[in-house]
Amino acid sequence: MDLTLSHRNRKRGLKALHFTALFLVMSVICIPGLWIVLNSFRPTIEIMAKPPIWSPSFTLDHYRAMFGGAGEGGVPVFKYFRNSMIISITSTAIAMLIGMSGGYAFARYRFKGKNGYFVGLMLFRAVPGVALSLPLFIVFARVGIIDTHFGLILAYVAMNVPFTVWLTDGFFRQIPKELHEAAEIDGCTRWQAFWRVEFPVARSGVASAAIFAFLTSWNEFALASQLTRSVNSKTMPVGLLDFTAEFTINWGGMCALAVLMIIPALVLTFLVQKHLIAGLTFGGVKG
Amino acid sequence: MTRRRLPEWFLLLLPAIIVIAAVVLIPLIFSFYSSFTPYKLTRPSTLWKWVGTYNYEKILSDVKFWAAFGRTILFLTIALNLELMLGLGIALLVNKVTWGQRGIRTMLMFPMMFSPILVGFQFKFIFNDNIGLVNNIIQSVGFADVALPWLVDGKLAMFSILFAEIWMSTSVFAILILAGLFAIPRDPLEAAKVDGCTPWQSFRHITLPFLMPFIFIAMTIRSLDVARAYDIVQIMTGGGPARRTELLWTLMSRTGYVDARMGLANAMGYVSILLSILFTIYFFHKLSAARAELGMTG
Repeated sequence: MDLTLSHRNRKRGLKALHFTALFLVMSVICIPGLWIVLNSFRPTIEIMAKPPIWSPSFTLDHYRAMFGGAGEGGVPVFKYFRNSMIISITSTAIAMLIGMSGGYAFARYRFKGKNGYFVGLMLFRAVPGVALSLPLFIVFARVGIIDTHFGLILAYVAMNVPFTVWLTDGFFRQIPKELHEAAEIDGCTRWQAFWRVEFPVARSGVASAAIFAFLTSWNEFALASQLTRSVNSKTMPVGLLDFTAEFTINWGGMCALAVLMIIPALVLTFLVQKHLIAGLTFGGVKG
Repeated sequence: MTRRRLPEWFLLLLPAIIVIAAVVLIPLIFSFYSSFTPYKLTRPSTLWKWVGTYNYEKILSDVKFWAAFGRTILFLTIALNLELMLGLGIALLVNKVTWGQRGIRTMLMFPMMFSPILVGFQFKFIFNDNIGLVNNIIQSVGFADVALPWLVDGKLAMFSILFAEIWMSTSVFAILILAGLFAIPRDPLEAAKVDGCTPWQSFRHITLPFLMPFIFIAMTIRSLDVARAYDIVQIMTGGGPARRTELLWTLMSRTGYVDARMGLANAMGYVSILLSILFTIYFFHKLSAARAELGMTG
């Protein structure tokens, strides 16, 4: 009797401990982001207040300033948003086409030095953006594509291809070979078999690879900060810097832009979370 | 008169090879060449002057470079280890949750979608000595009267940067390890329980070995992106105060863009590329070893 009671107490204690630990972890993960969202709705005076004001008041000033044409301090948020969209979507589409054909080659064909090619490809992804930005800056300046959409798109396509190959390779590998063989016996060409049979099966996986590529381009800073110069091609991560002056930072405005940056990423990640994990693990474990 | 046709797999891989050659390989070859010249952006003619390994010798005898290099290695060691530990811990915690697990998993992915530069700004804001959340809380609760100089003091700044980095990347580990935990077969664990293993023993000898490939996948993915820390450091401290948080990457970009000494910066770039590639190869190697151990070759 006594034994079961202490056993039950111990179990209850463990449960409480588990809950507390989980709660703490989740708070640390969530609070920084929520703090940014909260502050994008607070007036600047309140953000800067000393001693701090803990009961927040609500204002849409930062958003009004951001969307009101030039924006606070002349930050052309709309143009940055448009640049980011154009560059991310185009580079994702191109990287997907190239990466898918590469991934298919790795998943379906046997050839000499396959592993070597694969690792070689991934190594190019490992080249740090900052290190790559130095020579790219010089080369792009020579060719004359600094500060253009085209330049950044090209850079992002190259950056995204290796990882797209990895992910799509994993997804195509999960599809049984018999599927396209059957289609070919029924009179499809290999090309038709791919588009009519294999692609639809792997579609959701391919979509998550695309979203991964999109997010990489959407969030990239090291290359963009050197390869863009003006409103013509600056993306949002680079645009964030516009809110910092020599000694002051417009925190409220920056938080508002940050929220604008996170929303598309949040929605997209939510849509594909399941496939993304499956893709990463299968691509890796069975690669 | 039949022309030899290229094999199909090669044709399929060709676009990828062309793009990467054009955008990554050729610039890298160019920068490798320029690392043997005293190239300065302001004086283009210096590109044609060959100085041999002068830049590399200069780097290798530079105290500032070695300080940044050592700090980078230390930074990566601490960050990667802590991320792995915390990620494993979080995955085990979440795995035990019986209600609302989907929601928690989604929240876990939160930091993954933040742009590194956004993470930098966010923590620059939160650790701000005057109006930051951390100092406001500390002062309101009364732990300290004066504001702690989170980003101004060298040691505290390093801590803040590490915190930001770990906040951003732990979830990669947590998510992938969690996926591994879901995939563990139940039978061996139950058999171990019947045979009288303690929870620790079954974790150590069954769960952990099974998780190893997933851990190395996470490490490999993470090692592809080690230089993301550049964005964070650049925004939070810019390598300051007085170079106390200078990492290899910030030193390189300063040498290249601020001092315009491209040749020297490219030489540093090669050291950093080598570092990244070594990390990646190491984890790829570990990954295939762990895979082979589990018989997961395919």
